[in-house]
Amino acid sequence: MRRASFVAALIAMSLIVLLPFVWMVSLAFTPQEQAFGSLSVIPAQPTLDNFVTAFVDANLLRALANSAIVASVAVTANCVIAVLAGYAFAMLPFRGATPMFYALVATAAVPVSVTLIPLFLMIRGIPLTGGNDLFGAGGSGLLDTLAGVVLPYLVMPMNIFLARQFFSTAPVELAEAARIDGAGEWRIFTQIYLPLARPLVAVVAVFSFTGVWDDFLWPLVSTTSADTQTVQLALARFLASGNVQYGPLMAGAVLVTIPVLIVFLFNQRSFISGLSDGSLKG
Amino acid sequence: MAPAAVYVIVFHFVPVVYGFVLSFTSYSPLSRSGPEFVGGDHYTSLLSDPDFGRALLITGRYVLQVLPLTVAIALVLAMLVNRPFKGVGFFRSALYIPHIVSLTAVSMIWLWMYSQNGLFNEVLSFFGLPGQAWLLDEQTALNAASAMRIWKALGSNMVLLLAGLQSIPKELYEAARVDGAGRWNLFRYVTLPGLRPILVYVVAMDIIFLAQGFAEIFVLTQGGPLGSTTTVNYLIYTEAFQYNQFGSASAMAFVLFALIIGFSYLSMRGISGRRN
Repeated sequence: MRRASFVAALIAMSLIVLLPFVWMVSLAFTPQEQAFGSLSVIPAQPTLDNFVTAFVDANLLRALANSAIVASVAVTANCVIAVLAGYAFAMLPFRGATPMFYALVATAAVPVSVTLIPLFLMIRGIPLTGGNDLFGAGGSGLLDTLAGVVLPYLVMPMNIFLARQFFSTAPVELAEAARIDGAGEWRIFTQIYLPLARPLVAVVAVFSFTGVWDDFLWPLVSTTSADTQTVQLALARFLASGNVQYGPLMAGAVLVTIPVLIVFLFNQRSFISGLSDGSLKG
Repeated sequence: MAPAAVYVIVFHFVPVVYGFVLSFTSYSPLSRSGPEFVGGDHYTSLLSDPDFGRALLITGRYVLQVLPLTVAIALVLAMLVNRPFKGVGFFRSALYIPHIVSLTAVSMIWLWMYSQNGLFNEVLSFFGLPGQAWLLDEQTALNAASAMRIWKALGSNMVLLLAGLQSIPKELYEAARVDGAGRWNLFRYVTLPGLRPILVYVVAMDIIFLAQGFAEIFVLTQGGPLGSTTTVNYLIYTEAFQYNQFGSASAMAFVLFALIIGFSYLSMRGISGRRN
């Protein structure tokens, strides 16, 4: 293919792929009364009214705060626990490591709907919370609380898998030399391998963040009140609340999208390499 | 290590076992008595449940409509961005963006595009054609959702296929060229076989994700019109959380689980088995 024609093809494909987002932004800034019947991309009189409506009617401020809390707890937990577990799988041979690792990988094929109902009942049955007695009966447990939303996200098997793949390509000689010098296992990890693992931690952070931020089904079933809903849920409930107004809806979609977009733009490399690492180094 | 192991067991393995046990019981979350054992009743009644059968067919059609097209287009895109030139990173990122934006948010955009005065109808009217009620018509609703998922799945498939393309040794192409292979033969006898391992992974992951379609259905159609977009996952959600039938919903989930495993395995065998 000639260079010019292939660049033209690429530009055309990218435009088509990005077109819906162009419209999302355009509609978000278009005044309500002009939202229909004009397909101009740049609104004649741009307005922020839609954003105000989205914030007020969809309770977005609270939802953004909730999602930020849930996502940061999940990101921190995954970066610590999943990275450590992956390290153990790769560097500290223990009994049953291989079957455990395969079982872990197999969880990727389990549909969400299989674990959804049990998780709902488990979160509802956590003892001594939400009016529950010692046996987890009687109340609503951690349902409809942020703690209940975040619990199932704390360690994602995919992240343990990525960490194990990463550390299994790291040089073992460093650990052996350090052990001969008398360094403890914890010190070997924190002073030798953790500094090497910065790209891995970035990948884990990015995947955990987008996974939690974008998730819809678990918050949908585990929360009921406006005080605990996450952004995706706030958006969907806003839509379901009746007469659809596309301007405020798109303004909400823009606000919900900006955080993942920022995380993506600052970590493009880790994103794309992480995705392919997970698949190629089997 | 220990906390991770305990956590994974409690939150990833226990729910699978618990769900399997629940699928042999009758249980409403509203009742304060425990689940009541009913044996395989849910599974046998699913065999003759027209709603469940229909949801399986709809889910199957959804996967079959989305998967080949999204993989084919993603492969074209991957080959386009596989050339080293200035600014290729920009295109890789731009094409990947639909993947990272939540299904809820992109479904809202497409909801507008499919609306009465949305993008698609404006384009039709530009050519003097009558508008369509895309999401309100039984004939078009599932296709409309499929089109969105094809677009949504391009980015991740492209990145994976790109990694696959880059793992094919350059020498293979050179050797084939020396032997006089044309562009089509290079693709057919070097690129495609070289992509086989990653293609197995891409297809399996796509089947797993697409067979679980839920958020887009929730936003675009709520399973309608007349149940024509009620995927299995959507049916499970309504069965469990609107009709409070946790037992039969769990049974449905395990049938879906078995089918996903079965079909991913078959497609993996199919792709990797074609080596003469």
